[in-house]
Amino acid sequence: MEEIKLMKGNEAFAHAAVRSGCDGYFGYPITPQSEVMETLQELKPWEETGMVVLQAESEVSAINMVYAGAACGKKVMTSSSSPGVSLKQEGISYIAAAELPCLILNVMRGGPGLGTIQPSQADYFQSVKGGGHGDYHMIVLAPSTVQEMADFVDLGYELAFKYRNPVLMLSDGVIGQMMEKVVLPPYKPRRSMEEVIAQCPWATTGKVGRDHNIITSLALESEVMEATNIRLQAKYREIEENEVRFEEYMLDDADYVFVAFGSSARICKQAVEYARAEGIKVGVLRPITLFPFPTKKIQELATRVKGFMSIEMSAGQMVEDVRLAVNGSKPVGFYGRQGGIIPSAEEALEALKTQIIK
Amino acid sequence: MKKEIIIAGFGGQGVLSMGKILAYAGLMQGKEVTWMPAYGPEQRGGTANVTVILSDDPIASPLLQKYDIVVVLNQPSMDKFESRVKPGGILIFDPNGMTREPERKDINVYRIPATDTAAALGQAKTFNMFVLGGLLKVDPVVELDKVMLGLKKSLPERHHKLLPANEAAMLKGGEIIEKL
Repeated sequence: MEEIKLMKGNEAFAHAAVRSGCDGYFGYPITPQSEVMETLQELKPWEETGMVVLQAESEVSAINMVYAGAACGKKVMTSSSSPGVSLKQEGISYIAAAELPCLILNVMRGGPGLGTIQPSQADYFQSVKGGGHGDYHMIVLAPSTVQEMADFVDLGYELAFKYRNPVLMLSDGVIGQMMEKVVLPPYKPRRSMEEVIAQCPWATTGKVGRDHNIITSLALESEVMEATNIRLQAKYREIEENEVRFEEYMLDDADYVFVAFGSSARICKQAVEYARAEGIKVGVLRPITLFPFPTKKIQELATRVKGFMSIEMSAGQMVEDVRLAVNGSKPVGFYGRQGGIIPSAEEALEALKTQIIK
Repeated sequence: MKKEIIIAGFGGQGVLSMGKILAYAGLMQGKEVTWMPAYGPEQRGGTANVTVILSDDPIASPLLQKYDIVVVLNQPSMDKFESRVKPGGILIFDPNGMTREPERKDINVYRIPATDTAAALGQAKTFNMFVLGGLLKVDPVVELDKVMLGLKKSLPERHHKLLPANEAAMLKGGEIIEKL
């Protein structure tokens, strides 16, 4: 029988990393995600699987170690929280341009600046619209349970290698620090060198029986750089076509829709319980992938519901994508709290009533 | 069944561990559980609180405005959370260091002199187990034997010799709690 454990989201992520056959973790501590590296140090995977766990001298170093590991076709990852993820943006842009697979975890805290250590979702724009320079996208997964903090490691690697693209898990202080039940995924062995070569013919695995593989994000000739951009954009369209994921919660008979991700979606489910007790038919659309965004699903809902309400721990970021999808056909409201304050289910319901139901 | 509980006090009082033991015990009874700490820069002397939800069904929000059971172990926590007990709910407080008694009349208020009793018995370190014993006496949200199993799970093995003292503290807690 599978064993049910009780652990924090950050701990579940670390356990899942080891079990995913990860080759290397490179990080630098920051609240509220420090348990990731702490757990890895406790697990000592280097003794069992040979996985490297390394505390770099800074976030910038850590992301560049990820860049190098990924160039070798290795399963590598880093984790941080908002200010630390800002420091990684240059490296992320390079990794996206060089088309390398890797996994990045952001356990968001309140900003801007050094901000606060309490939960936030104000890095949505940074995560889905770029963050670093240039036209690129990460695939962005938003866990809303401790179970998903574990499950999205495997899913993240699967997508990262399928599309040769960095994958970001966009979590927050609630999901990282909360303990819940979790069933950890089974152990996968780390890939052998032969398996890495077979899976990643593009990687710098040693020039034996083939031409040079060169990993770079630099192309001084504009025509070459434009061709890279065209290829990247085609890939992003393919990702938008194939990889949209979302959860529908009580939407079948819904008149109104909360759109929320991560811990805000949990709060909205609570608000649905309160609303339905008052006879208001509300459901929740929870985007699981923030890029690609469930635009088509929202368009479909817009044909049959009376209005939308985006609930976020920010000043209103994802709501812009909801509005783009709805395209003016139905009212779209927004309610959020900032700086580490978590909106309550009561506040979310009140906002729906005052802004949309009226 | 769904029980929404918050335990609040000073850092160092064992507030988070108490919540952890409840959560582990709930897990062993096959319940859905969430354990959500206020993870501010709480050290010894700062304020700390933890929300624990035990439920037969999947839990939506791990954070709430109103609670079935509120345990407050210092005056700032009483001031903050007395108003957040659901009508008909339970408020448990330790009078040590408190400057006033709870004022609400629409809730069930219990007093547990856990600090004084633990100190008198030379058991100051198991203070939180007296409180937990009191809580389980007034509302047995989890079974006592599951709590002992939960404690075993949440304590590092090197501390397992302390299990009997913790069990004794918990039983004593059930004796010293009184309804106002």
